[in-house]
Amino acid sequence: MILLSRVADCMYWLSRYIERAENTARMVDVNLQLLLDLERLDDSRITAHWEPLIKSTGDLALFNKFYEHADSESVTDFLTFNTGNPSSILSCVVTARENARMVRDKISTEVWEEINRLYHYVRSQSAKKIWASDPYDFYREIKQSSLLLQGLGDSTVVRDEGWEFLQVGRYLERAIQTNILVDVKYHILLPSTRDVGGAIDALQWMAVLRSCSGFEAYHHIYGADVQPWNVAEFLILSEEFPRSILFCLRYLDACIRTISGVREGRFSNHAGKLAGRLLYELNYSTVDDIFEAGLHQYLGNLQRRTEEIGQALYEAILFFPVVDHAKEIAGQTQKQDTLPGG
Amino acid sequence: MVDARRGVQAKKVGDCTASGNPVGDKKRAGTVLRLLRHPAACLWIMLFQDYQTEGFFDEMFAGNGEVRPHYRRLYERFRNLTDEEFNQKRQAVDLSLWRQGVTFTVYGDSEGTERIFPFDLIPRIIPSTEWEFLERGLTQRITALNHYLYDIYHDQKIIGDGVIPESYVRSARHFRPEFVGIDVPRDIYIHVCGTDLIRNEKGEYLVLEDNGRTPSGVSYVLENRIAMKRAFPNLFNKAGVRPVATYPKELLKTLRYVAPGGKGHVVCAVLTPGVYNSAYFEHCFLAQQMGIEVVEGRDLTVSDDKVFMKTTQGLRQVDVLYRRIDDDFLDPTVFRKDSLLGVPGLVNAVRAGNVTLANCIGTGVADDKVMYYFVPRMIKYYLDEDPIISNVSTYLASEKEDMKYIMDHLPELVVKAANESGGYGMLVGPKASKAEVEKFRELIRAEPRNFIAQPTISLSRHPTYCDGVFEGRHIDFRPYILYGENVSIVPGGLTRVALRKGSLVVNSSQGGGSKDTWVLYGDE
Repeated sequence: MILLSRVADCMYWLSRYIERAENTARMVDVNLQLLLDLERLDDSRITAHWEPLIKSTGDLALFNKFYEHADSESVTDFLTFNTGNPSSILSCVVTARENARMVRDKISTEVWEEINRLYHYVRSQSAKKIWASDPYDFYREIKQSSLLLQGLGDSTVVRDEGWEFLQVGRYLERAIQTNILVDVKYHILLPSTRDVGGAIDALQWMAVLRSCSGFEAYHHIYGADVQPWNVAEFLILSEEFPRSILFCLRYLDACIRTISGVREGRFSNHAGKLAGRLLYELNYSTVDDIFEAGLHQYLGNLQRRTEEIGQALYEAILFFPVVDHAKEIAGQTQKQDTLPGG
Repeated sequence: MVDARRGVQAKKVGDCTASGNPVGDKKRAGTVLRLLRHPAACLWIMLFQDYQTEGFFDEMFAGNGEVRPHYRRLYERFRNLTDEEFNQKRQAVDLSLWRQGVTFTVYGDSEGTERIFPFDLIPRIIPSTEWEFLERGLTQRITALNHYLYDIYHDQKIIGDGVIPESYVRSARHFRPEFVGIDVPRDIYIHVCGTDLIRNEKGEYLVLEDNGRTPSGVSYVLENRIAMKRAFPNLFNKAGVRPVATYPKELLKTLRYVAPGGKGHVVCAVLTPGVYNSAYFEHCFLAQQMGIEVVEGRDLTVSDDKVFMKTTQGLRQVDVLYRRIDDDFLDPTVFRKDSLLGVPGLVNAVRAGNVTLANCIGTGVADDKVMYYFVPRMIKYYLDEDPIISNVSTYLASEKEDMKYIMDHLPELVVKAANESGGYGMLVGPKASKAEVEKFRELIRAEPRNFIAQPTISLSRHPTYCDGVFEGRHIDFRPYILYGENVSIVPGGLTRVALRKGSLVVNSSQGGGSKDTWVLYGDE
């Protein structure tokens, strides 16, 4: 089976955007719930609660273009419905569907119909009403749709090269999003170091775990005690938890190797080389290494290198050089002139 | 099989809801009782009691109000349906089309609003004798058109023999002189044709126009059938409806047949203008059903006069392109320079014989509305036969006598621009304001070659569900004709219906909807 480069590209972005929408929904949802546990909800505290979400995605400048203060309403709106924000849930779903439309002959009817349904849902007036009256319900709908799409994909999409690109997009984006999630915690901590180790601190780490459905899994492995270094280890280095960064990178590496047709530990292009290297580095890391380097610095570095894999993949496989249309036309026109009777 | 049938029959006894819906016994009993007491609650009776044919040819009812024989089974079946059930089915079908994204984008709407092509649940039915007649007529027509195109792009005998004036051919906007003398595989120019048929007040079929460039709409034929089957699963076996699902297979066969000579393994692809085209859904749908790629211009590149797709594993040669892009946009080095949809060098690859386009470049010289006037003459000239399906009588504004007639009778006539489609550039005299008529008078005088006029035909009507009742609405019919190793016409087609009361314009862009079209195995 052949795979058009453009189609591979669409598959990749399709699943990246769905994964992004899901993770944004998780993050906003949990932070809304966390707000309920905070005392002294004055303006500055609310801003301190929400601003990190924007900071950690690097969208603060964009945010400031649309809103004056970071508060519950402005931040959730920015992350949910703002079409000026390319990573808002609405934007993600619209872009995902646009990509799906271009490859709808390559994904199953079930997957297409669910994406289409999600699209009409987030654009509907009723979604806005649900969001306003019961945001949890709204975000649950987004999360469940994303999970449903993964399930539908698992059981209906053909396992060809296109499938691998769906996986690459999903795990790459998930690694990036889990990274952001842990990093948000760093930003929240920053303004008030006195909270470290206190009740609020534990609450916040628990919220982080909940955002990525890791609450139960964590307790299963580490017991009831929520310790920052344990949570960090769990979300970055766990081999078993399907949203940990190591787990995602392992899948990412495997998919890239399948596409490139090389065995484990080898590579045939730059993307494979970067993915393998980063994976092995994590394989041989401990949580002490992470805290020694400084959590924020460590995550920043990890994030940059993960994104580099995506970029390299693009250049190695997806990216067909942009055709210089004018030049191409000139070349072909010239050829035509030399034809008899042209 | 036998058991199942008996089950259905058993249910039917005393059961007004014969659709076979798994409704609880209690509810069903209640429904039956209610209906027994109020027979008028049965939808068909209730909604048809005021049905008027109003002097038009009605597809379902004869002049005396009797149901035509080929509609009887449907009528029997539907008369047992309750209003509620019918509405449920209607909503279910709409929702399913919406979910599947069987939508078209409304042009000129910045919001990207999508709409489903309105679908009417009452199918249009064609008995087998009528269909055989249509098949013969359409086969004759496409054969003549392909002869004509071969002739025009080679020796132009039809001009030499004085059957068609040269000036009309030369001035046809879609004539491509640069293709004169170029051979195309198997001498076939139009591989896919969508011919629009109408019926007049006497019920006679007439050809309204031939769409020999990039006719669209066939996906609705297939989707409408799927929707109908979902809504009325038990109806089909008994009604004796011929299947339409073989169309993609036949299309692929046709495409393979015209591949450049000597190819063992033929690679076909659908060339689409892209996701923003209103028929994009159809392009994907057909490609998926045929198991071939949908490509955009940017997925292709031409090298050594060969066409290649850009894939993750490198370049891959393409042999046949089922292209859904108009000639003008195919190749910016030859046609419109500003086209970003096309593929630079594609025309050279076609001329070199390394790739086949379906349909060929330049087929528009056959489906121009002025050329339409000459089709009966083409049939006579190439096949020495009389046309089986007639044309609508047509006046050419560029002919002196015709022009006089047009000017004298403008408010009674339908005027069409020769090169427009989709219901644009059209005047329906009897429905137009005085100002519109005068505007067209000027347009026609300014550019006679670009206009034809026809008498206003009272298109046949079909019962259609409109705001809670059934009313007659005007319809037309577009069957899809494939010309490959032989002529193949899928038994069915797109019946379009003008949903606005009294309107004669059936185009989806102008308030039209569609119906499933049933061609029967028999005549009843």
